[in-house]
Amino acid sequence: MEKVLTKNIRPDLSYVDVQAYESSGGYEGLRKALAMAPGAVTEEVKKSNLRGRGGAGFPTGMKWTFVPMGPDAPSPKYLVANADEMEPGTFKDRLLMEGDPHQLVEGLIVAAYAIQASTAYIFIRGEYFLSEERLRRAIAEAEEKHYLGKNILGSGYNLEMVVHMSGGRYMCGEETGLLNALEGKRANPRTKPPFPQVSGLFGKPTIVQNVETLSNLPHILRNGIEWFKSLSLSVDAGTKIYGVSGKVKRPGLWELPMGTTVREILEEHAGGMQDGLKFRGLLPGGASTDFLVEEHLDVKMDFTEVQKAGSRLGTGTMIVLDDRTCPVGMVRNLEHFFAQESCGWCTPCWSGLSWAEKALEAIEEGKGNAVDLDHLEYICKLCAPGNTFCALAPGAVEPLQSALKYFRADFERHVADKRCPWNHQA
Amino acid sequence: MLSAEERQEIEAEFAHYPNKEAVCIDAMKIVQRRRGWVSDESLRDIAALLGMSADQLDSVATFYNLIYRKPVGRNVILVCDSVSCWITGYDRLRERLMSVLGIKMGETTPDGRFTLLPIVCLGACDHAPVMMVNNDLHHDVDPGKVEAVLDRYK
Repeated sequence: MEKVLTKNIRPDLSYVDVQAYESSGGYEGLRKALAMAPGAVTEEVKKSNLRGRGGAGFPTGMKWTFVPMGPDAPSPKYLVANADEMEPGTFKDRLLMEGDPHQLVEGLIVAAYAIQASTAYIFIRGEYFLSEERLRRAIAEAEEKHYLGKNILGSGYNLEMVVHMSGGRYMCGEETGLLNALEGKRANPRTKPPFPQVSGLFGKPTIVQNVETLSNLPHILRNGIEWFKSLSLSVDAGTKIYGVSGKVKRPGLWELPMGTTVREILEEHAGGMQDGLKFRGLLPGGASTDFLVEEHLDVKMDFTEVQKAGSRLGTGTMIVLDDRTCPVGMVRNLEHFFAQESCGWCTPCWSGLSWAEKALEAIEEGKGNAVDLDHLEYICKLCAPGNTFCALAPGAVEPLQSALKYFRADFERHVADKRCPWNHQA
Repeated sequence: MLSAEERQEIEAEFAHYPNKEAVCIDAMKIVQRRRGWVSDESLRDIAALLGMSADQLDSVATFYNLIYRKPVGRNVILVCDSVSCWITGYDRLRERLMSVLGIKMGETTPDGRFTLLPIVCLGACDHAPVMMVNNDLHHDVDPGKVEAVLDRYK
């Protein structure tokens, strides 16, 4: 298969400088974009059928069409790269930033030009020191080559690019929480509407896009929309960086056609389960997605098909549950994360998730009873979409509600036996 | 009092944002990089420089995982406690670190050499379990060999 996003990435992950990037066609997409009207770039991206790779899968070009354009549009406008990769089990954006930082820089310039933003911020999680170093270096090289700064490549378009290192909190990955964090505030979510495309960072029109999404843009501009669609095995266009972690033979990341099946990723690329272990289930796209089980192994990993199977593609990086790991313990770990990272803004989230963690702790430690299972079901309903400002709580209960469905017998056994069957095995 | 260099580095950030308040997280990190943590005094000095109240800045400081409002050791160990590391041996790694260092999570060794803290997913899940010491990521950590890793940090 043709490698697109990872074609420049070296096995030793050494830095790909601007010359190396240019020699593989880098910044040609930007030259093409600058020769087009901004609206035409947006139209091209819209037609390419690129959907956001951060988890929600929103159509990228469509998002840009909501930004006010023309001489009367509010000014300045902003573009933000969401590089706050904190979804447990997700490690793909790190690879793109460390392995080919110019690809992200070029993608940002293309997107910024399309919406006529004057500043592009890259919001990086605070622990990604190598990503920071490489992006600062790539930005300096791009400035020297007049891909950034005033009058980019003689087009009359100006753009400043700024790296912002996060103070560290899962909520910063939420679009409006991120905007508050960039403004120097707590990363609480904002009411929508107004949507950030109209009133975002500092009250100005703002687009927030994930690193992988932005990294696709240079290639779409350079090679065209028909080529981009032809990369995929499904209705959702392009390639996808899939990942697998957990007790498989070869955990890792692979760039594959969008729509590759769960089975192919798990068995061919990750090498299947470690010897002596059986597959029980997986979270297909990070911690905040519903479990898929054996019956779903032939599901295509794209936005449409994973949703039909009752889960979400999310970030496309799977976390695998094996038969020697306790599903209750796993969900307890997940809910501990979500309860801790809840910003405390909405009651169903801060209260519901801490109760979920407490109930799971009781069940895991052999102190649970049947009522706790009903309570967990209730919390799943309480945290459903529409009851909170942002997607943290609805996402948090996805693995919980699906674990209660697929691993019900394991929960009940904990309660009946008053102990965790796994902890007592060794 | 903020040093001249701290002040200079903070003020250099002003150019990238439309107001001073937006720089506050950067400012706290700039001070913390030099002093290890953000004391009440530093907090007041930064707030004054940015035209914020100390309480307002503290509400921001206490929200973020990587801003330390208590003193930490010369080296900070961040152990990932999220799901992929939990599946692959976080519990053993944590127990081993606590026993080697003789402290619990959240504590600092009496000689001030190490502070041990949990951290959420570090985004290196294909090499779990992972931990960071200062700016260095250590992956595929074998709990039995953790002392050799710590030996590099004095």
